[in-house]
Amino acid sequence: MKYLQIDRVCKSYPGKGRVTEVLSDIRLTIDKGEFVSIIGHSGCGKSTLLNLIAGLTDITTGVIKLEGREVNAPGPDRAVVFQNHSLLPWLSVYDNVKLAVTKVFGSTKSRAERHDWIMQTLELVQMTHAIGQRPGEISGGMRQRVGIARALAMEPKILLLDEPFGALDALTRAHLQDAVMDIHARLKNTMIMITHDVDEAVLLADRIVMMTNGPAATIGEVLPVAIPRPRDRIVLASNPDYVRTREAVLRFLYERHRFVEAAE
Amino acid sequence: MMGRSMTVTALNPTPASAQKAEAQVVPLPRPAKRPQRLAALGRIVAERIAPPVVVLLVLLLIWQLSFSGAASGLPAPTDVWEQSRELILDPFFVYGTQDIGLGWRVLTSLERVAYGFGLAAVVGVLVGAILGQSALMMRGFDPIFQVLRTVPPLAWLPISLAAFMDSGPSAIFVIFITAIWPIIINTAAGVRAIPQDYRNVAAVLRLNQIEFFWEIMVPSAAPYIFSGLRIGVGLSWLAIVAAEMLTGGVGIGFFIWDAWNSSRLTDIIVALVYIGVTGFVLDRLVGWLGHVVSRGTTE
Repeated sequence: MKYLQIDRVCKSYPGKGRVTEVLSDIRLTIDKGEFVSIIGHSGCGKSTLLNLIAGLTDITTGVIKLEGREVNAPGPDRAVVFQNHSLLPWLSVYDNVKLAVTKVFGSTKSRAERHDWIMQTLELVQMTHAIGQRPGEISGGMRQRVGIARALAMEPKILLLDEPFGALDALTRAHLQDAVMDIHARLKNTMIMITHDVDEAVLLADRIVMMTNGPAATIGEVLPVAIPRPRDRIVLASNPDYVRTREAVLRFLYERHRFVEAAE
Repeated sequence: MMGRSMTVTALNPTPASAQKAEAQVVPLPRPAKRPQRLAALGRIVAERIAPPVVVLLVLLLIWQLSFSGAASGLPAPTDVWEQSRELILDPFFVYGTQDIGLGWRVLTSLERVAYGFGLAAVVGVLVGAILGQSALMMRGFDPIFQVLRTVPPLAWLPISLAAFMDSGPSAIFVIFITAIWPIIINTAAGVRAIPQDYRNVAAVLRLNQIEFFWEIMVPSAAPYIFSGLRIGVGLSWLAIVAAEMLTGGVGIGFFIWDAWNSSRLTDIIVALVYIGVTGFVLDRLVGWLGHVVSRGTTE
């Protein structure tokens, strides 16, 4: 039995007089502990695919199964790190994570255990120094760290990251990528990350899922990344496997599936 | 060359001024600080307090000049002072069950408003929350609300009397029905404006309806809800005269009605000032409460 199984999934929206197909015949299986990056041009429906796995959007046809159980509603077993952090601005860093922990572990952990768990997850993203601050008072990179902590705090079976570092500057992004790699190495959790950054995809992923352009986008190619972990971005810069993988992704995106802005 | 010469000129004055300050530090700050604080105080008086006071005095003067003749229909400010001095100077006298100061009357009326407005706030926020969550309900109810909210408080009097058959509850109902519409409409708008991101968070966490209401909806919509409450408290205070025409007793609204019936025009003018000031304070109070509650919601 596969851990996560996406089987012949289509997503279409009824429009005026005709149906717009966004995703067509997506088939993908992901193993436990695997890190998968999904890359594609903007508008190819990669965020839609993530929302389908999260259960935030309804599947039109096909089925998604997590550990053999069909996914048809959102839940904390598929925690999402949202593109724009989506922290609640009226709650402190601590309370944002606490909301998730209270909801998920309210009946199974004692108050003290929950507190320890909140601090532990914030420790993991190095945010314990800012527990009393509100999202408006910390930097964009810090907010995203808290967003990751909140998702991790749910102890999800699968962590879904929706272009989490897209809005950050290059240096902050690099720090957070290292943080994610570190967390993945320590917790061995299954992660799916949407990105449009080729370097990010190659650096982080075990496999890169490359999507064709929409409408009716589908998986064009799945590329395994044969680079041993732990990975170091400085060492990788001259690693032939890294260079080759990077080139393959670039070729896919810019030669075979060049993004035509004018195409609808 | 340029850079070096500039750093030299920039460096030179610093030790010089530091030395100078060291020598004269004791006598200087004292006279420097006092006038500064006084000047700040003076500026506040000049900018904030003086303009309304001047305008008030000018208006009183115009009023005095326009109505000081013997044949004028309205009392001038000096007449008000002469005939109703006791009401102005002592808001909390008690001479009998019906003969009490305007401060007591305002408090009696505030109690009535507290019931009506409190009820309107609870019902209004709940109904607004339900309507905001459901586009279909909103489409169904919104036109009705838009029509009902324009009905003046006095017009509800006969209907509520007929429905409740008792003046006490009908007075509270009049206040309730006057205040509730902006609360419903604003809450619904605030709930509709909750960002999809927060809804997604709630969905992933599987928050139930009650948790969603307290954890997401109320804090997120708080600025909208409180602007509705602020309009509502103003309207409910507006309805007090209409409501107390029903109940009689010792409220400030009934006092005006009673003073009119016994042609004590100067008393009415004093009561108007009381009502105005109380309404102003109520408005600021709800505004302040909203500021405290919704602190941090605006990113």
